[in-house]
Amino acid sequence: MNNRINKLFQEKKEQILSVYFTAGYPNLEDTVPMIQELVKNGVDLIEIGMPFSDPVADGPVIQHSSLIALQNGMSIRKLFDQLKDIRQTVDIPLILMGYINPVLQYGVAAFCQKCKEIGIDGLIIPDLPMDVFEEEFKKVFEANGLHNIFLITPQTSEERLRKIDAVSTGFIYMVSSNSTTGAKTSVSELQNEYFERVNSFGLKNPRLIGFGISNAETFANACQYSSGAIIGSAFVKALEGSDPLHQKVSGFINSIVTVS
Amino acid sequence: MNYQVNEKGYYGEFGGAYIPEMMVPNIEELRRTYLEIIQSYDFRQEFIGLLKNYVGRPSPLYLAKRLSEKYQSNIFLKREDLNHTGSHKINNTIGQILVAKKLGKTRIIAETGAGQHGLATATVCALMGLECIVYMGEVDVERQVPNVKKMRMLGAKVIPALSGSKTLKDATNEAMRDWINNPVDTHYIIGSVVGPHPYPDMVARFQSVISEEIRWQLDEQTGRENPTRVIACVGGGSNAAGAFYHFLDQENVELIGVEAAGKGVDTNESAATLTLGTPGVLHSSRSILMQTDDGQVTEPYSISAGLDYPGIGPMHANLFTTHRAKYLWATDAEVLDAALELTQLEGIIPALESAHALAVLKKIQLKPDEVTVINLSGRGDKDMETYLKYFGY
Repeated sequence: MNNRINKLFQEKKEQILSVYFTAGYPNLEDTVPMIQELVKNGVDLIEIGMPFSDPVADGPVIQHSSLIALQNGMSIRKLFDQLKDIRQTVDIPLILMGYINPVLQYGVAAFCQKCKEIGIDGLIIPDLPMDVFEEEFKKVFEANGLHNIFLITPQTSEERLRKIDAVSTGFIYMVSSNSTTGAKTSVSELQNEYFERVNSFGLKNPRLIGFGISNAETFANACQYSSGAIIGSAFVKALEGSDPLHQKVSGFINSIVTVS
Repeated sequence: MNYQVNEKGYYGEFGGAYIPEMMVPNIEELRRTYLEIIQSYDFRQEFIGLLKNYVGRPSPLYLAKRLSEKYQSNIFLKREDLNHTGSHKINNTIGQILVAKKLGKTRIIAETGAGQHGLATATVCALMGLECIVYMGEVDVERQVPNVKKMRMLGAKVIPALSGSKTLKDATNEAMRDWINNPVDTHYIIGSVVGPHPYPDMVARFQSVISEEIRWQLDEQTGRENPTRVIACVGGGSNAAGAFYHFLDQENVELIGVEAAGKGVDTNESAATLTLGTPGVLHSSRSILMQTDDGQVTEPYSISAGLDYPGIGPMHANLFTTHRAKYLWATDAEVLDAALELTQLEGIIPALESAHALAVLKKIQLKPDEVTVINLSGRGDKDMETYLKYFGY
């Protein structure tokens, strides 16, 4: 499999900035403009969050954005409808991130087929375990050109990490600390040791660091130990307030990286 | 047919462990060790000893004569309401606190709906001297005041869950998030046969003491080990799992679970999961749940905080799908009537949850020579405010 995700990691080895947002937040129809603004501001990779009623791996910020998005009327069907022409204007890799239950209700095969039609490159489903993925999902993901992105944490054993590396095809999502999203806003020495330990294993997949990346300093630190970093809660938080969307997006991204 | 969990953690197509990577080390540790721990001689000795001398087991199996007369049959009540802390929940918390100690955990978290599981957890934490944090939906904190106060007196910290419908589902979400954020020193004592494997099996094993006792007690009193049927209320399904456990392979014993219909299964205010739900994943296992076409979990409703849950344990989803057990429902109004009936016929005030099991006596045909065992899972002390409000005493 070789899609936009692989191409990105082949062409850019460092300072990759990936941004997460919840589809349908703050307003239902913000999804497409949000993607376009993020691209305009030089983001390398976008994770489009599919809101779920019971996001157990998420902290208060993404719980809130998910709730508002659902109240706004967001659903998988609505999201696919919003994204149907996205590839006419956007070339960077796009990933859908969400929980397994809405995907199961849509139907896994139909869901993957639709992702392919739209031009989605990968999926992050935190509550889809590796063994279930391999037995029930891998074939249909591959047939539709979709990478499944696995998470690892400081508590992940070396043995399991190597297994995850073997199953992964796009990149590995290195969770900086064992926590829900947005729970921490800094990265400690201990976490840097864990990044170094993982780097010493000689894994075949590149890594992006996420959880606790919230500003220029934490982004720069993460980039020292990986190909780049993922920002979620801090960005979603920055979408609060009444400024126009393009201002909120450019203001936040410019606070993370100086546009070159 | 085998109704127990298989080696991969499934009951038929239901079960498994749909957990985020952050929970893998804790769940894996538990999965690898739980059977060895709970089957060890030392564990059995301590567990059985505490059930006998601390909880007060065996709980009586009581032939309810006036109730039997009214329904022209033989109705026995399994008196889990007489356990220490007032419900069956203590059977499981005793078991799990011993597992937690064996694993070297020092901090205990739990979710609770009616507060019975929270109370049972706070109790065993006091007994063992471990830190205890209980998550409870804000709505339930308000409607189950006595249990909240008891938990606090026992030294537990009660944290209200403020998301969603602010009931049991949301309390469970918060407990899971706590565990993700505290991956090393904490054990999560789940209160029902829900959650990722091995929880449904582990909790069912601890609760199986209920049906183990029913068999020998019934034999002692009637000369037969098997009743005609066993009836138990079902939210997540732990008391029913315990009451059914040793009868699962006795196919001539009819098993009846009773769900909370709230204001009615045809209203939007109900918690009758098997009647209204479809297959899906909630709280890390594949089961049946109440949800929208888009896979969003529906907010349930029941007068009983302990049954106010949009999911059900995977064991019950399998018993339902394979037709080994039958699942009926009872509305709030039917439940209140049944609670008053038991109170005035037998002098026993049942918990609202347990009154669901009693309510179906009016919905099934009982014959004079049949023996029905109803699991009276909890006592009504915690529900007095609701009862007084409704009956106006």
